[in-house]
Amino acid sequence: MRSLFKFHGGVHPPTHKAESTGSPIAQAALPSKLVIPLHQHVGNRAVPVVQVGEHVLKGQLIGRPEGRLSSAVHASTSGTVSAIDMQLVAHQSGLPDLCITLVPDGKDEWIAHSGVDYRQTAHTDLRHLLRQAGVVGLGGAVFPSDMKSYSHKHKIKTLVLNGAECEPYITCDDMLMRERAGDILRGAEVLRELLYAEEVLIGIEDNKPEAIAAMQQAVLDDRHAHMEVIPVPTLYPGGGAKQLIRVLTGIEVAAGVRSTEMGVQCFNVATAYCVWRAIAFGEPLLSRIVTVTGNVEHAQNFEVLLGTPVDELVAQAGSKPDTDRHIMGGPMMGVDLPSGSVGVTKATNCIIEASPRLFPPLPPALPCIRCTRCADVCPAELQPQDLYWFAKAKDFGKAQEYHLFDCIECGACAYVCPSHIPLVQYYRFAKSEIWQRERESQAAELARERHEFRLMRIEREKQEKAERLAQKEKAALAAKAAAPAPVPEPAIAVAAATADPDDTLQMRIDAAVARAKEQAAAAHPKNTDALTAEQQAEIAAIEARRAKIREMAAHAGADDEPPKSNQG
Amino acid sequence: MWSSPFITQPSSVSQIMLRVLLALIPGIALYVWYFGPAILVSIALASATALATEAVMLKLRNRPIKPFLSDNSALLTAWLLALSIPPLAPWWMVVVGTAFAIAISKHLYGGLGNNPFNPAMIGYAVLIISFPVHMTHWLTPHALGGAELTFGEQLGYIFNGALPAGLTLDAVTMATPLDTLKTQLHLGLSVDNIRDMPIYGRLAGKGSEMVAVGFAIGGLYLLFIRIISWHLPVAFLAALFATAGVFHLVDPVHYVTPLFHWFSGAAMLGAFFILTDPVTSPTTPRGKLIFAAGAGLLTYLIRAFGGYPDGMAFATLLMNICVPLIDAWTQPKVFGKKGGGK
Ligand code: SF4
Ligand code: SF4
Repeated sequence: MRSLFKFHGGVHPPTHKAESTGSPIAQAALPSKLVIPLHQHVGNRAVPVVQVGEHVLKGQLIGRPEGRLSSAVHASTSGTVSAIDMQLVAHQSGLPDLCITLVPDGKDEWIAHSGVDYRQTAHTDLRHLLRQAGVVGLGGAVFPSDMKSYSHKHKIKTLVLNGAECEPYITCDDMLMRERAGDILRGAEVLRELLYAEEVLIGIEDNKPEAIAAMQQAVLDDRHAHMEVIPVPTLYPGGGAKQLIRVLTGIEVAAGVRSTEMGVQCFNVATAYCVWRAIAFGEPLLSRIVTVTGNVEHAQNFEVLLGTPVDELVAQAGSKPDTDRHIMGGPMMGVDLPSGSVGVTKATNCIIEASPRLFPPLPPALPCIRCTRCADVCPAELQPQDLYWFAKAKDFGKAQEYHLFDCIECGACAYVCPSHIPLVQYYRFAKSEIWQRERESQAAELARERHEFRLMRIEREKQEKAERLAQKEKAALAAKAAAPAPVPEPAIAVAAATADPDDTLQMRIDAAVARAKEQAAAAHPKNTDALTAEQQAEIAAIEARRAKIREMAAHAGADDEPPKSNQG
Repeated sequence: MWSSPFITQPSSVSQIMLRVLLALIPGIALYVWYFGPAILVSIALASATALATEAVMLKLRNRPIKPFLSDNSALLTAWLLALSIPPLAPWWMVVVGTAFAIAISKHLYGGLGNNPFNPAMIGYAVLIISFPVHMTHWLTPHALGGAELTFGEQLGYIFNGALPAGLTLDAVTMATPLDTLKTQLHLGLSVDNIRDMPIYGRLAGKGSEMVAVGFAIGGLYLLFIRIISWHLPVAFLAALFATAGVFHLVDPVHYVTPLFHWFSGAAMLGAFFILTDPVTSPTTPRGKLIFAAGAGLLTYLIRAFGGYPDGMAFATLLMNICVPLIDAWTQPKVFGKKGGGK
């Protein structure tokens, strides 16, 4: 028997799993339409490659991955694209996103597809296939699997297969493991190959004996030599990747560190299943298992086409009339869906129909009494009561200092808080504020740079102008000194008033320089000593004219200033 | 829009406080058994005052009254204060102490959860500083025989300050065992001689030692149902024991045994019910150990060398001051950051 490790804290919420494990996975009925979001994964939104009115086949690419961290989106069935527009999506933000609406033709007609033998295929090609098939993590993180099945510099010793499924109510992985253990393990084998991992540890919470038995049997049947099914204690959030890695290997993966750096990579069992379907059969990710439970007549797991409206899905489980909300995910970390019209996505593992009876509103929050029940259960070993205090006081610097970003938002703290403080909401708020400020400060930084650049430019222009003026002055002086006849000033003034100031200046400078040169050729040594009265009078006259020119130049400068300062 | 988690454990502040109140009952029962029902009058008086003060303060502060009044925290303060002062304390003392504890040391600091000092101990400190003489009139336990007051006579004294004809206060009250110990030591007696006096039992004072046992039993129940964490009582009792033990070993003639200290005064009540007030104690495990050990040490030092017979209240208040610092110093390493560096 393998010895397991413990993670700090954890809670035991009522599991409510039995409701939805009574019957096998059912195929959800083909819905009247599919609302397929183009952004179902971490990374960039996919770019639509079909047009409204276009007929598509099942498995046909409709959204092309954009950038490295993105994923492909496919038509879940054959039919006609009826819209490509912004729709409400199954996401925490409640904001609309770009979706492709598909009206099924009922034929469910596949595009041509076929698999490969992974042993005969280069790893880069396998990864490419996964990317083409739109395979992403189905455990909730929805990270593109092709990116995760590649370890850059670190040797991966252990591949952890996550079958813990610790959230209450959710049983989709449980049922998948019970019914399709073989394909899961084959997928895990592909991932092991890709990562050159030595061992595969499959962690399953011990409240799923059937799944454990099925997976153990599959390991034996297919002689998966490097695989081991390990029952882990039932303790929320034991299914968090970091918590499961800790329990199975003893390794603690700090926030901001990739587990690959510590020689471990973790995939959800459902992801492994999809990896196998994609590699062995060329099937893109078109459907997933979704638990429909809560306030329904018969809770059950369904294999659901991506894009199926939640309304149409829950109707098949008999949503009861007093249902007031749909929760996607579990009660601990799930999100309240903005509408029943949103389509099921790759991240939709569970829909809980909620009613006031099932999830009564919390009593009003009392002040924190510093009882540290929250700290006792925090798997990230934080001091939630301090984080709460700082978040409430908007002391975000302190919150970060107290490791706010190590919080995995598991909700264990809020679950136990006797003052019923919605702690996680405070952390989400603080995090989003910090991100917002970060963005703002980046924007401010950019603005500052721009401003400084502008000041620099203005300064430079001023300097250039000053140089030109100085030059002009020098030239004018030289001209005065050279030409006994008065300079035709009115002409210059007219020129200055009519011509472009820069040209005028240049003209004047050029003229002056030319005259100076001319003069220099015929120059005689200047002697200011022992001047006659006549000579002195002449100098005075020159000085007076010079002053006049200076004044004029200053005006010219003032005139061309305003338009420039408006720029930038 | 709602936000997860959508479920919570059905625990609540009022429930926690209620359990703590329940856990005080064995000690109170033994108190009544050995010293008569006067303590119940104090408790009732303190409770009524606490609830009334709480309501008034909430009203003044524009806070919702019902959820706060029913959180049972004011009751707990009242009970702890009543149990810390002599049961024969005149009614107005109980009222003043409780009102001060609730109004000043709780609500003026922002109410539940925001008070830096243990309110009950503030109430106690105010009373012992303001009315030191009244605070020394402790009832004589039944076990010692002698003159005793009926319940009616006790009520008479509490509310009117009137004693039955022919009885003086000194005939029905006595100093606490800790107090007696201190004065007798000053008179030059040795510990052994003092311990032979009739007011002492096997562990400490007759009767009062049993009350302490009652509180310890209630405290163990709280530990068992995980309302309190072991860190505080264990560190406090260990520190008190160790300090007393060292002095006792070095000079047994002048220093009583550690067990005597455990079962005297407010040590047990303090270990399980006073120090464990979550609001005014540290939140980190290491911080709790430091805090409680500090309180244990200070309690001993005040008892042995300070101006007051029992040091529990002042030790608690002194350590309360240090809580923010202790918390800041003892932040545990977070998940994944234990192997070296932050
Ligand atoms: S559980 Fe709630 S009341 Fe207790 S310390 Fe944490 S936040 Fe405060
Ligand atoms: S939500 Fe964050 S702070 Fe609360 S228990 Fe989970 S990790 Fe800890």
